[in-house]
Amino acid sequence: MTMTGSRKVTVTASVLLLVSLASSVLLLRRLDQLRSHATLEEVLYITSPKWIKRLSLGYDGLMADIYWTRAVQYFGGHHSQGIEEFKLLDPLLEITTALDPKLTAAYEFGANFLAPKPPNGAGQPDKAVALVEYGVRNNPDNWRLYYNLGFIYYFDLKDYTRAAEAFERGSKTPNAHPFLRILAAQMAQHAGEIQMARMLWQTAYASTKDEQIQKNATTHLRALQVDEDVTELEKIVARYQELTGLLPSSFNALIGAGMLRGVPVDPRGKPYKLLPDGRIELRNPDDFPFVEKGLPPGYVAPRPKLD
Amino acid sequence: MSRVGYIAVNTFREAVRDRVLYNLVAFALLLSGAAILVGQISIDIERLVVVNLGLTAVSLFGVVIAIFIGIGLVSKEIDKRTLYTVLSRPVRRWEFVVGKFLGLSGTLFVNTFFMAIGVFAALLYVSTPHRFQSSDAWILVALFFIVLQFVILCSLALLFSSFSTPLESAVFTFALFVIGSFAEDLRGFARMSHGLMRWLATGAAYLVPNFSALNVIGQVAHGQPISAHLIAYNTAYALAYSVMAICGAVLIFERRNLK
Repeated sequence: MTMTGSRKVTVTASVLLLVSLASSVLLLRRLDQLRSHATLEEVLYITSPKWIKRLSLGYDGLMADIYWTRAVQYFGGHHSQGIEEFKLLDPLLEITTALDPKLTAAYEFGANFLAPKPPNGAGQPDKAVALVEYGVRNNPDNWRLYYNLGFIYYFDLKDYTRAAEAFERGSKTPNAHPFLRILAAQMAQHAGEIQMARMLWQTAYASTKDEQIQKNATTHLRALQVDEDVTELEKIVARYQELTGLLPSSFNALIGAGMLRGVPVDPRGKPYKLLPDGRIELRNPDDFPFVEKGLPPGYVAPRPKLD
Repeated sequence: MSRVGYIAVNTFREAVRDRVLYNLVAFALLLSGAAILVGQISIDIERLVVVNLGLTAVSLFGVVIAIFIGIGLVSKEIDKRTLYTVLSRPVRRWEFVVGKFLGLSGTLFVNTFFMAIGVFAALLYVSTPHRFQSSDAWILVALFFIVLQFVILCSLALLFSSFSTPLESAVFTFALFVIGSFAEDLRGFARMSHGLMRWLATGAAYLVPNFSALNVIGQVAHGQPISAHLIAYNTAYALAYSVMAICGAVLIFERRNLK
């Protein structure tokens, strides 16, 4: 009798356990749907890096890793949802780097999250500069940080003088990439020109083994190529019009006039479009994020994907 | 083997029988999960997380074991009445205390050893290519310092256990662990104080164990070397402090009325 009674209890308790487990899971999913706009992630309960350092009881490194992961998830989450406000990004990065000033990924990637205009970033290049300068103070021999700083000054702030200074400072660090000295020198003559931008992105590609950074650099280099192609092609069309008094009806007219060797193609191999008004356009603009020329009027670029 | 040795071995056996080493399973799961997951939810910190998380877990798991086993070393023997049998063998009271200390320290050393294997295995997994770098050797220094930390905590747990209840011992030992993590702040505060407060603060600052000097996890995570001076001084400090605490435990226990 006792055995049967014990078995009944076992079966009942097991079934009840499984049923309540399944119910908890289903209820939790429903709660997540109800609270999908919960603002938990928009709240930093402790904003002071000093206090967080104290609370970590000396385990600063792990706390820094947690905050860095939180910053990455925060940026990625907002970016994928198309939210263009990143209120907590700078405080999260400040806490991360205060806890672990040697965490260079936070400076390099963090600056890339802060500096670019939305939707590619937070549109806070001044905060990005402050972050990287803090990184430079704590890691004075890390040439990459000077390179990042120069990058922000060049592309996001268009301050070519400060960009050149940053590259120059970086070129003096031990084991600096030789490109830094060349960039600093070239900046004086060619700041603002496409070849300068190309050099910067080529350096970015060549100086890293990180696939994401290389992919990003390749995308930018393709965009620069398109901008250059469109500029050159529109110049050729203008020259044709000067010579003949007419706009070319197609690229064949330009080939026939000896101004082109063949139908020009974009970096992905698709032919450019020559419009009746003489403008040059990309056949598929979505293939080239960051491009500034060759876009149809009113074109809105799709949100860049974070891989 | 000496009487102290027998007590130490027995203490180790009891800890194993208490399934203390099962925490290694939780540790292994934690570390392997982190090593696999972190690359997918963060950027560029796989190695850092393995070292930071691994060493922090070694430290915290060990602190918990040191406190919760250490506080019961004496009181459990008194409650089970086995202490009287042991002391009548004859085992002198100081031999009992020292044996218990060595047994618990040995348990934590074995625990740390297996955890270290886990940390290095996870590090090998996340490294690209899959091999160690020369800077990884500094992780051994960090582990050594963590063992020194355990030695101090065991001595403190034993000290408190020699005269107070298990709950009080746990609270005192944990409090000293927390305060010891801020030891450098405390000395800074003492320097800024005046008069009697300065004396009291300075006394307290030098009396609490300095765990912050033993924490080099952040440094080794970034592959930075640890100076030989620091290793030598930390070792000497940990031994001196532990000897002080054990002597205190012995003095108290020798005079304790066990009836």
